Amino acid sequence: MWSELPLFPEQASSVAGRVDLLYFFLVAVAGIFSVLIFSLVFFFAIRYRRRPGNMAAARIHGSTVLEVLWTVIPLGLTMVMFGWGSLLFLRNARTPPGSFEIYVVAKQWMWKIQHPEGLREINELHVPTGMPVRLVMTSEDVIHSFYVPAFRVKQDVLPGRYTSMWFQPTRAGKYHLFCAEYCGNQHSAMGGWVYVMEPAEYEKWLSGGSTGESMATTGQGLFERLGCSSCHRSEGGGRGPSLEGLLGKKVQLDSGQAVVADESYIRESILNPRAKIVGGYQPLMPTFQGQVSEEQLLQLVAYLKSLKKAERSTTQ
Amino acid sequence: MDNTMESESKIPEKRVDYLNVDHSLKSWLLTTDHKRIALLYLISITLFFFIGGIFAVMIRLELLTPSGNLVQAETYNRLFTMHGMMMIFFFLIPSIPAVLGNFLVPVMIGARDLAFPRLNLLSWYIFIIGGALAISAAVSGGVDTGWTFYTPYSSTYSNSHVIVMGLGIFIAGFSSILTGLNFMVTIHTMRAPGLTWFRLPLFIWAHYATSIIQILGTPVLAITIALVALERAFHVGIFDPALGGDPLLFQHLFWFYSHPAVYIMILPSLGVVSELIACFTRKRIFGYKVVAYSSIAIAVLGFLVWGHHMFVSGMSTYASLVFSILSFLVAVPSAIKVFNWTATLYKGSIVYDTPILYAFGFIGLFTMGGLTGLFLATLAIDVHVTDTYFVVAHFHYIMVGGALMGYLGGIHYWWPKITGRLYPEGWSKLAALLVFVGFNLTFFPQFILGYMGMPRRYYHYPPEFQALNVLSSAGASVLGVGYLIPVIYLLWSIKYGPAAGPNPFNAKGLEWQTQSPPITQNFETTPVVTEEAYDYSGEEGATVARS
Repeated sequence: MWSELPLFPEQASSVAGRVDLLYFFLVAVAGIFSVLIFSLVFFFAIRYRRRPGNMAAARIHGSTVLEVLWTVIPLGLTMVMFGWGSLLFLRNARTPPGSFEIYVVAKQWMWKIQHPEGLREINELHVPTGMPVRLVMTSEDVIHSFYVPAFRVKQDVLPGRYTSMWFQPTRAGKYHLFCAEYCGNQHSAMGGWVYVMEPAEYEKWLSGGSTGESMATTGQGLFERLGCSSCHRSEGGGRGPSLEGLLGKKVQLDSGQAVVADESYIRESILNPRAKIVGGYQPLMPTFQGQVSEEQLLQLVAYLKSLKKAERSTTQ
Repeated sequence: MDNTMESESKIPEKRVDYLNVDHSLKSWLLTTDHKRIALLYLISITLFFFIGGIFAVMIRLELLTPSGNLVQAETYNRLFTMHGMMMIFFFLIPSIPAVLGNFLVPVMIGARDLAFPRLNLLSWYIFIIGGALAISAAVSGGVDTGWTFYTPYSSTYSNSHVIVMGLGIFIAGFSSILTGLNFMVTIHTMRAPGLTWFRLPLFIWAHYATSIIQILGTPVLAITIALVALERAFHVGIFDPALGGDPLLFQHLFWFYSHPAVYIMILPSLGVVSELIACFTRKRIFGYKVVAYSSIAIAVLGFLVWGHHMFVSGMSTYASLVFSILSFLVAVPSAIKVFNWTATLYKGSIVYDTPILYAFGFIGLFTMGGLTGLFLATLAIDVHVTDTYFVVAHFHYIMVGGALMGYLGGIHYWWPKITGRLYPEGWSKLAALLVFVGFNLTFFPQFILGYMGMPRRYYHYPPEFQALNVLSSAGASVLGVGYLIPVIYLLWSIKYGPAAGPNPFNAKGLEWQTQSPPITQNFETTPVVTEEAYDYSGEEGATVARS
């Protein structure tokens, strides 16, 4: 137990180094201020202790110059922290282009993971180095939080909506995956490992475990089985709008608003079709609440995304 | 002045004071004397503190080893939940205002009681009813939601006594509101002749600022708990998405109170520390007005930063930016206070009695707590360390390091006034030292654990975190001893301590101009104030005897 006393987590993602650099800056500022205040208190406490020759305090009411100084300097420093922290945060919030998606469904107390290729894992996530990975996540019950300390990333996973996060692993290895939001009895057992592999090895792993059917294919099967295709015809002209190339596009709504059709929009439109009606269409669609699981919803999303890719490849 | 003091302490104390005026139980339970009500609070919150402390001991014992072995996971979750709820709602929030504030606000402003004495008694009874419900929830099986009650876990999934506990906290909240209301009216209307706003002790300013938060913030907590109970009992969809609710709405409402609540705990402590530093350096607080205004600034800005608890919750990126910058702004008035206290020491004539040791300890721990708060306000860092032990360490530095050090310092400083007795200096200095050392040993390792990535509320943890956890548990045992010693010698001093006299520290302030313990009406005649607070200028040679 005492043989290793680690003081610092491993750096295994493209942002880890940047986060640590900012952390060191904060440690330095905090260190300097602590030392400054502690040594002043210590020095004054000894130098001005009550003793013969120092039986009465000097009368000092204040000093505007000093007070302005120690208001402005901390204010300036905190604004530097704010700026640096926010720029890095914004940068880390934007998914870089070329990322591929992995779908995560959390429940008490496990992480269910689906790769687009159809592979499924529980409490384990295999990813390659060198590529940005985007996780699209939701929860079946309470709030969880997906946390990989070695990547310096964390994102709460909520029931009823999608949240997403991304990371780009840089070093092969095995890293802790934790649930960081308290979720009940087995909260501390709701974790596992993220395996970061060299791309070649990852390909091998992927082909070794694949069940043959990709998420999009499973999603397509569902799309037909649930009867979605009878209204949402690919060539258009159905009772519902065509969904070809929909994801990521702006949609003009009945209400005059325009929204971006992201994963959450798709999810909402399946479970609560009347929430956002596309302009020019009737609110005819029935709800699929209770008929499709969170995992199936993600398969439908993956299928609709594949339509987007198909369209792109044909137009290009 | 010296002569009167000596002659007073020589006379065997047969004088009437608020304690010996009537010994019957009824005279205590139906009292409207703010000083007696303060003591009722003191006894009750000390009890809650030690109940919360027992939970903490169990937590630290369980965390000695990485695997769960002392208690079950279900039990562990109840332990940290009950520890948080007891300490926050039933100890820290009432601590300084309800005990020291209750005792001192009227005396410090030269009034004979609070504006609404019966309301004051009522708020104690409300507090006790709330506390009794909380304890009944604890003994009947406890609550396992964490003190934060996050939905939909608390409203739908938890199998524990959420509603009873919620009701307890809901009820106790009204005691806090009524106390704040009482203070605010009292400070506005009952100041002695000549006691202008800028002659008030900083303790009063701090309590005024605290009252603002108690009155405006606490009702929101009450509403939030009521909504959780509605959803839990009647499945009204408010927070649970399965019922059409929004779980983030809960977090917004909860932190809208619970972040300012941190200032309910820390502001009174800041006020106490100002009193201690002024008295034991024999100086007026450097930049008195700025320190007074910074209390109000903290109270107001404190309402605008709740979102910094939610940076990874799924809240919008731009909201996060706004809450981040506001959180940095609220750090500035806190920094100003620390600098002003430090500057007060300069060219002082510092007397080393126990209370100033707590004040020094406070400055150290509050500085560390404040500086690590900057880490958490920094968005990119918060993403990594939120919901880890870094946060646990940070808020213990503020709420225990800060608030509790101030409370203990204040208890020691005013103990001779409250009881008329002096406590043993040697023991009290030892206890102050143990608390400081034990506290740092307990919580400093948790900053490192947090950055390493250990999530909070973990019943078992990966083995590489064990060394730091053992260190933390070892520190906690030192801390525990540091908290127990004062209980023993303070109780001892009530019977065996030497008589204190009206002003054992030769302090300024109206509370020291009346006898110890004071009479029921506080003053024989209403005092008239002709000087600013902490005017130690004329005291050369006055205290030779003490040093």
